[in-house]
Amino acid sequence: MAWVNAIIQGVLTGGLYALFACGLSLMFGVMKVVNLAHGDLAVVAGYVGVFIITVTHIPVLWSFLIVVPVMAVVGYALQRTLIQSALNRSVLTTLIVTLGLSMVIENGLLQFFTANSRGIGAGLTLVTGSFSLGSQVELPYLLLLIFAVAVAVLLGMQWFLSRSSYGRLVRAVADDQEAAQLSGADYRHVFGIAAAIALGTVALGGLAFGMYSTLDPTAGTDTILLFAFVAVVIGGLGSLWGTLLGGIVLGVAQQIGAQINISDELLAGYLIFLVVLVLRPQGLVSRRART
Amino acid sequence: MSVVAQADTVAADAFQVTRSRQNVIWTGVAALAVVVLLALFPYLVYSGTTSLMVQGFIVLTLASMWNLLAGYAGLVSVGQQGFLGLGAYFVLIFALHGLSPFVALPLAAIGCGVAALPLWWLVSRLRSGYFAIATWVLAATLMLFIERFNSLGGGTGLPLPGFTGMSPRLLTADTYWAGLAVTVAALLTVYVLLRSRVGLVLTAIRDDEVAARSSGARVGLARLLVFVVAGIGCGAAGAVLAISQLQVQPSADFSISWTAEMAFAVIIGGLGTIEGPIIGTVVYMVLQQTLQNFNAWYLIILGLVAIVVALFARRGLWGLVDSRLNIRLFPVGYWLRSAWTGGAPVGGAPLGGAPVGAGPVDSGPVGSGTNPV
Repeated sequence: MAWVNAIIQGVLTGGLYALFACGLSLMFGVMKVVNLAHGDLAVVAGYVGVFIITVTHIPVLWSFLIVVPVMAVVGYALQRTLIQSALNRSVLTTLIVTLGLSMVIENGLLQFFTANSRGIGAGLTLVTGSFSLGSQVELPYLLLLIFAVAVAVLLGMQWFLSRSSYGRLVRAVADDQEAAQLSGADYRHVFGIAAAIALGTVALGGLAFGMYSTLDPTAGTDTILLFAFVAVVIGGLGSLWGTLLGGIVLGVAQQIGAQINISDELLAGYLIFLVVLVLRPQGLVSRRART
Repeated sequence: MSVVAQADTVAADAFQVTRSRQNVIWTGVAALAVVVLLALFPYLVYSGTTSLMVQGFIVLTLASMWNLLAGYAGLVSVGQQGFLGLGAYFVLIFALHGLSPFVALPLAAIGCGVAALPLWWLVSRLRSGYFAIATWVLAATLMLFIERFNSLGGGTGLPLPGFTGMSPRLLTADTYWAGLAVTVAALLTVYVLLRSRVGLVLTAIRDDEVAARSSGARVGLARLLVFVVAGIGCGAAGAVLAISQLQVQPSADFSISWTAEMAFAVIIGGLGTIEGPIIGTVVYMVLQQTLQNFNAWYLIILGLVAIVVALFARRGLWGLVDSRLNIRLFPVGYWLRSAWTGGAPVGGAPLGGAPVGAGPVDSGPVGSGTNPV
């Protein structure tokens, strides 16, 4: 039963990883930007959340209603300024600029907020509580909620991209920038919107991570960015549901690894990534090989 | 090959194709003089200075390798610290078996080159940012894997054996010479590689990958070669690191901050030139020494500088020098001289900066037609 429990926990943490990864996937799919500051922006969102909660004493979940729009605006602004001007130059420049941004954010947090780790909503029933199935299987409320939110976010993105008229615009711009521009779409604005959505989801990821574990300045690159990328590559580049599957595979591998030996949690996750890279480099879901 | 023949005839009639404007011998003599002077440093300066310079040698070696990867082969690796750590651990393994760490250094470098082959097979399936992250995951996996061996010190590392009986002064000097030798070898390798046919392919990839592929350049093979060379170079740097620190420690040797250092030295100095990493390393070391008391500020400033340089001075500091004076310390391109243009670099100017025929299609025939020393 311990194994069943490990697998269930793994599937549920997969939801968290998918939440980290879907914004990354969206930005790559629409503007071909690989944002190396993705994880650090999630940590920033978490810190903003901590700040709002300690200052205003509003309930934890209400703070999400402030943080997510704030990060969306940050995403729009970042895309229209820094990332767009890097994009105008070359793909390499976007990598360098986002790497530099990641370094600035990480060390900025370290400088102003110290290396101390912070949690969100410690002590709440939502964070600590769980209900038991049988004697061995525990379902934490928080992980169930995060998984549900991840599925809801992915459904929402799916609906937005495939059904709404603005989503059609986003897909048009992603397919052919210049043709979309000729038809009257301002591709820079559309890119901005996509970045806003991406950062909105990553804000949710950062807040969820703050509740599930603790946030510190290095968590952005060491944990969030790395897991997000691994989930995206396992699932298949540019596929939203592949991202969820990738997150689940990563989560289950980690939990099974931890079950074998507690220090093997990370190693098991990376090994499954390498196995997928060898056997199915295009990812589990995507049909297009390489990009 | 009629194009080549044509280019040859044209070159013979109206153009003169040379490697550089000045005599290369003088640059070579100057470089040799600098190396000899540097080699005498342990006799001339305090050991504090030489150990600082060993740090500089490590960064310069890493930066030259990263430049080869990102600046020429278009491979942005965020996982070169994996080879650095591997090099350090190879030295430890050999030293534990009774070998002198200085003898172990070249063996460790070769070991890293061998290890690069299967690792390339894994990561070459991905491109751009995904390649970057795959290399990073590899480095993290290597670290976690090595930490499992308790005989290698597990998660805390081990002091490096094999120095017993050496006087501290001799040890410092030997470490310095080892660092200098590795750096000179690295720069020389990069220079020779870029002057070879592979260098022509690499320059073509740097300028325009699609055009390089369509002209039949063997892009994949050139990339594999660069990845292996970079593995050897970073491994040697890791070996020097282990010797200079007198210990190996997984979290320090496999730290991602090494990649940040090498990348920023290259970007600030100038991506896609041999001179860039040298200037970048000097700037980096100066910044590090002046700002090291300000903790995180130093990395914040470094990050900001890199962003500004990447956006507004894409060819880095060396690019600024080069665009005004048009000099090459390490001529790897070709100069095409004719009666009416005076002289313009072909295929040698970074990032499409050459006024005449910087594209691979032009430099290909010229390069294969003439093979100066």
